[in-house]
Amino acid sequence: MTTLQETEPREREGVRREALHFAVRNGKLMAGFGIVVVLLVLGLVGPLLAGGTPNDYGTRPMSPPSAEHWLGTTTFGQDIFLQFVHGLRATFLVGVIGGGIAAVIGMLVGFVAGYRGGAVDEVLNMLTNVILVIPTLAVLLIINAYLGIRSVAVQGLFIGLTQWPWAARAIRAQTFSLRTREFVDLARMSGSGTWRIISREIAPNMSSYLFMTFILLFGGAILIASSLDFIGLGPTEGVSLGLMLQNANQWSALQLGMWWWFVPPGAGITAIVGALYVANVGLDEVFNPKLRET
Amino acid sequence: MSLQVSELRVYYRTLKGEVRALDGMTFELGDGEILGLVGESGCGKSTLGKSLIRMDGRMRHVGGTVVLDGQELPIGDDRAMNDFRFREVSLIPQYAMSALNPTRKLRKMVTELLRSRGSAVDTAELERRMDQVGLPREVLDRYPIELSGGMKQRMVMVISTLLDPSLLIADEVTSALDVSTQKAVARALLGFRESGYVKSMIFVTHDIALTHHIADTIMVMYAGRLAEKAPADVIVKAPRHPYTKLLLDSLPEVGVRYADRRLEGIPGSPPSLLDPPTGCRFRARCPIAGDECAQDPPVAELAPDHHVACWKA
Amino acid sequence: MLRLDDVTKEFRIGAFGGKSVTAVREVSFEVVPGEVVSLIGESGSGKSTIGRMILGLNPVTRGSITFDGRPVRAGKEYYRHIQGIFQDPFSSFNPVFKADRVYNMIKEAYYPAVPRAEWAERVEAALRDVRLNPGQVLGKYPHQLSGGQLQRLLIARALLLDIKLLVADEITSMLDASTRIDVLNLLAELKARGLGVLYITHDLSLGTYLAERTVVLRRGSVVEMGLTGRVFGDPLHPYTRELLSAVPRMNQAWDDATPVDSCVHHERGASGALIEAEPGHFVACARLDTCP
Repeated sequence: MTTLQETEPREREGVRREALHFAVRNGKLMAGFGIVVVLLVLGLVGPLLAGGTPNDYGTRPMSPPSAEHWLGTTTFGQDIFLQFVHGLRATFLVGVIGGGIAAVIGMLVGFVAGYRGGAVDEVLNMLTNVILVIPTLAVLLIINAYLGIRSVAVQGLFIGLTQWPWAARAIRAQTFSLRTREFVDLARMSGSGTWRIISREIAPNMSSYLFMTFILLFGGAILIASSLDFIGLGPTEGVSLGLMLQNANQWSALQLGMWWWFVPPGAGITAIVGALYVANVGLDEVFNPKLRET
Repeated sequence: MSLQVSELRVYYRTLKGEVRALDGMTFELGDGEILGLVGESGCGKSTLGKSLIRMDGRMRHVGGTVVLDGQELPIGDDRAMNDFRFREVSLIPQYAMSALNPTRKLRKMVTELLRSRGSAVDTAELERRMDQVGLPREVLDRYPIELSGGMKQRMVMVISTLLDPSLLIADEVTSALDVSTQKAVARALLGFRESGYVKSMIFVTHDIALTHHIADTIMVMYAGRLAEKAPADVIVKAPRHPYTKLLLDSLPEVGVRYADRRLEGIPGSPPSLLDPPTGCRFRARCPIAGDECAQDPPVAELAPDHHVACWKA
Repeated sequence: MLRLDDVTKEFRIGAFGGKSVTAVREVSFEVVPGEVVSLIGESGSGKSTIGRMILGLNPVTRGSITFDGRPVRAGKEYYRHIQGIFQDPFSSFNPVFKADRVYNMIKEAYYPAVPRAEWAERVEAALRDVRLNPGQVLGKYPHQLSGGQLQRLLIARALLLDIKLLVADEITSMLDASTRIDVLNLLAELKARGLGVLYITHDLSLGTYLAERTVVLRRGSVVEMGLTGRVFGDPLHPYTRELLSAVPRMNQAWDDATPVDSCVHHERGASGALIEAEPGHFVACARLDTCP
């Protein structure tokens, strides 16, 4: 609307402050991040406060939550609260590694394909599509079965290596529309090279978008890791929320009525991923003025 | 009188407050008259066009009335306006390219559109009107993407006037077109009036030279208000408002050369309508402004049909 | 200074570039220092593609573009002498940064050794050259400035370099009438500094206002070129006549020229070779003698 362009010059600092203004008032964003932060702190601080190793067998198996064992114990007397806080740690780690690697590869491929176009784009796009149509879970199953994943970090790495294609496609599309903007031509005529243009002209224009991509990849990695753990292809060492679920299932916690064994890890995964998605919707509303509720 | 607008005020809601995009517009439009509405970006001309048919969510009708053929238009009430849109008031949007649904063949689209207004398609009439604007009939069985910009624009013109509205608003319909296409579109608009498809028309544009070829009357707006309104020839040959004069002086014509005659723009820029200055809004840029300009100049009829809002005119 | 010889541009379309369309066909012309040449054409005439090829933003398919005898080599040294300005001022600035960042980019790339204070003086001098008040435009974001101010900021940016040729592609088409003419006047003043300007436009009146010489394009080919006064004072090609008659003028009614497509000698799309109808006035029509 021409009238508004002319008559409503907004301060850029104002825009940033405005984003913050809307961020702190956005219920979805605050609630989502709040839950994630609480769980993160629990995962970081919990293991330090509650001493002991999570897989140690205890003396009072199968006991429901009590003052001594806040979340009860397993069939083997392992403390579920201790497992839960350690599991949270592993779950966040897999999210950061898996989401991080996927985000980096996705951005790299997306930016290069979108900016360079032509043959480079066609090759990268083909690669992206090939990986996109490969049933990743099946591939992960095979990789897991053959290599036998030992640590959470390796699991994260494999998830990262298979989850980047959709991010690459989305970033490619955005880059494609930005590179035809004239400020990109102007940067070229200021002697800027490809990398400089991508990192200093194009990326800053989609920073909110990139941030959201990372959040979604992070949540996705957690979900996939949990599925792998649950079907018994998780790390052979350590604890994770998915492994806890798998153990509960394996030792018939449901049939034995040991709800305290499977509810906490299930709720933990749901809470983290759900909260991240809710926060993502909130972020969308903050960055996209059209979605702001006024 | 076909259209009477009096003291119309429409504001835009923004985070910083209300932008007074239209601040007390009063004018009339006769039967069969084509009014050219000119002004620079941000003067309120598009807002006026929109206000008469459909206000968007940020616009607020603050005051004033719009009477069309003796009936008051409920311009602030989006739902009540539905009865008038298309039948009484119709719009040709600036971007006809995006006004057409790309997934529908045109014939189907026209049928659906008219059905939603409770009318059936009179194919013979539709084709007759397409002939008139020089569109081949096969166009109806094509998708919008297969049409050139000028053809789309003419198709939208035919569609939006199918129900013979009393008032047609053409919002910058030619600005995205090449000069030769522009001419064809402008002539088609004139043809619509001749054939009585529309009674009167408001032609919103920033191109004064083009308006002069189409409009009977030209209204110049500045900062949400009327600056000058007069028959087209009078505006072009004997303008009275200093803004109109300066604007005309800044227009290069074919044949005017920098080396022979250097034209000058108007220094400064239009005031912010968030908090408009008191008095004459052109005062800060006006070369002949005086003390009396601190007061709002009333719109005075200096000669028959020649309205000017200036103390010095 | 700038010379185009039989420049042709084909764009590949379709999967793996299976098909191609010719956007520019064997175009040749020259721009000399201290001269404004206007390149006039409607949408699809290839005028912007020519501008982009000169600026090294799109490669040439066939033919050659040379600047001072050397072929276009997009890179820092080339852009020291040749700069471009485009149609949309708001899209020419990265919306997330302040507008004066374009000057910092020039300094980083071309004048890293110039002290900060001296650079600030140079920027202010360039801004005053384009009649901008440095205090009003520095430190602002693009959306806080008007289109006219932004285009002038870009002219000032070009002036900071050792510029010899400016390609101005529709730079006034998004500006208001009252500020448009000021930007045009600035371009006209540039040639007094010995710059060459290639002014690309669809608007005949703007083209004739500025240019010494005019090149008229249609569907990628030059149909007529020569001194502006001759090309529009005595247009020879039917397309030029059609264009001229379609321009709305204040003091005369629209007259009807014969549409170029109805000219029996003018084949659609492919025009004949340019012939010199009078010294310096070229037209792509082989049957001038029989033309009414």
